[in-house]
Amino acid sequence: MRKKSNPVWMVLVYVVLIFLAILSIMPFLIMMVNATRSTTEIQQHAISLIPSSYTMKNFAILTGKSFNPMRGFLNSLIISTGATICAVYFSTLTAYALVIYDWKLRQPFFTFIMAIMMIPTQVTMIGFYQFVYKIHMTNNFLMLILPAIASPSIVFFMRQYMQPTLSPEIVQSARIDGAREFYIFNHIVLPIMKPAIATQSIFVFVTNWNRLFEPLILLTDQKRYTLPIMVSLLRGDIYKTEYGAVYLGLTLTVLPLIVVYLLLSKYIIAGVALGSVKG
Amino acid sequence: MKKNKLSYAKYGYLFSLPFVIAFLLFSLYPICYTLIIGFTDLKGMGKTSFHFLADPLQNFKVVLAAPTFHTALKNTVFMWVCNFIPQVLLALLLTAWFTDRSSKVRGQGLFKVIFYMPNIITAATIAILFNAMFGYPMGPVNDLLAKMNSVGFFHGLLEKMGLGAPPIYFLQSKTTTRAIVIFIQTWMWYGYTMIILISGVLGISPEIFEAAEVDGAGKWQIFFGITLPNIRPILLFTLVTSLIGGLSMFDIPKLFMLGGPDNATLTTSVYIYNQAFSGSYMYNRAAAASIIMFIIMSVASAILFFIMRDKDEVKMQKIKKEQMKLRKAEERAARKGAKA
Repeated sequence: MRKKSNPVWMVLVYVVLIFLAILSIMPFLIMMVNATRSTTEIQQHAISLIPSSYTMKNFAILTGKSFNPMRGFLNSLIISTGATICAVYFSTLTAYALVIYDWKLRQPFFTFIMAIMMIPTQVTMIGFYQFVYKIHMTNNFLMLILPAIASPSIVFFMRQYMQPTLSPEIVQSARIDGAREFYIFNHIVLPIMKPAIATQSIFVFVTNWNRLFEPLILLTDQKRYTLPIMVSLLRGDIYKTEYGAVYLGLTLTVLPLIVVYLLLSKYIIAGVALGSVKG
Repeated sequence: MKKNKLSYAKYGYLFSLPFVIAFLLFSLYPICYTLIIGFTDLKGMGKTSFHFLADPLQNFKVVLAAPTFHTALKNTVFMWVCNFIPQVLLALLLTAWFTDRSSKVRGQGLFKVIFYMPNIITAATIAILFNAMFGYPMGPVNDLLAKMNSVGFFHGLLEKMGLGAPPIYFLQSKTTTRAIVIFIQTWMWYGYTMIILISGVLGISPEIFEAAEVDGAGKWQIFFGITLPNIRPILLFTLVTSLIGGLSMFDIPKLFMLGGPDNATLTTSVYIYNQAFSGSYMYNRAAAASIIMFIIMSVASAILFFIMRDKDEVKMQKIKKEQMKLRKAEERAARKGAKA
């Protein structure tokens, strides 16, 4: 016996939902429109939904002052791709070790992974910086990529996914066929794990793309700046009165993310939901 | 067979070796190193050599007594609490609406995509975007207020809120700046929390809901009696991850107003950054502050787990009883139906 909801109530629900939707979209919309407008236009009316024609001029101002979006884009791409490959590959490998093999320290190791899952990078950063500085690697991207090999939360996720998906019989029959352990992992296990790998890759990539704290501390050479560091330059005095250029700079850093998000939103939302059930 | 299994055990160790090495090198060693630096005199740009202090706890004492650290800690906790409560309430409300079995909300997929979007955008960009949005004298928010004030109805409303005469210099006020940071955090995270809670509700067996409906339970009764107790573990997960994320909040306060005005949005992470990488480069103080934060986070998480877990078991038993009752009611109803 389901009662139908009051139509007035439903209208209220939709009003709230639409209000929240506008709240989510508006800042980005204003930003993108203002990226096409001149500083004078923005100073007269800061909100407009009609694009103007100053994009190229804004771009010239933007890149004329130490802001190099292409360089930042490339650096962010290298770091994010590297970190994603490391995190996903080695986490799957570690999960494989936890699921398939019978070893003495298996359970303690899993407990240990659970325990270190919550350590935030902020608390390790001073020691990490000193260590990296000592070995003269401060501007080396490897120092931002290699730590991803130990990603406890991804190992946890991969293990949860692998347990019901990968049957030991498959591994066993591959062994009978004469395949070596490492070969089995690369050619049989990885393809089976594809859906989980795809989901996690998106999240690891985006997280690394957005990261500010670690790169800000480690990368001191302007040529090595990532996009978030470039963005932080827009806060500086040199852009104080160049509103159009600032909005364009912000837009350029957000655009790739929004495009990727709109293309993959279905998987991303499903991935967020999936990740939580396990927690 | 057994022999076979034993010989494979070494691969378990071998395949988890990269993880262990990376953890030791990039996490454990830096944590220990941070702890050690906390006991030393390490400061000055580019310095790496240090001596232990005569009073090993001196840095910790100095940080704990520093008024700036107190401000930072208070701000961090205050801003986290003030963003977490509305964030969870809003997420719960939306969850209740989106999982309502009697009236389906249309366009759910689209709303989810839109609500989650701010979470995926670079926080650094969002901080600077909001800084521009609240610009003075002519930022988008001031422009919007000016337009709304030209309409009589809104003018009266805005005047009561103290927004009747734009342009307003928002970023000069400590309270307003803090409120905006809280708003940004809530705005960025409620969509994420909502998706997680919805997935939790969808994980509850539909039979329980059906039984309750047969029993004639109302919408709100079902939500508070069944939905909420059943998603308790997921709420705990949200609470703990949000706590740790909130206590290490950096990007937004750092870039929105550089911790200002007058340290109003200074968080402990920004404090640590400023101690170590500006002014006189006091790595030792920053390290001590990091360790203090680490202890606070661990203790807070442990307390949360403890409180929630204990109640959880009690609650679970209650739920089981209720489920039994509901099931019996259902059986009774079924029998009646069969008779008729």
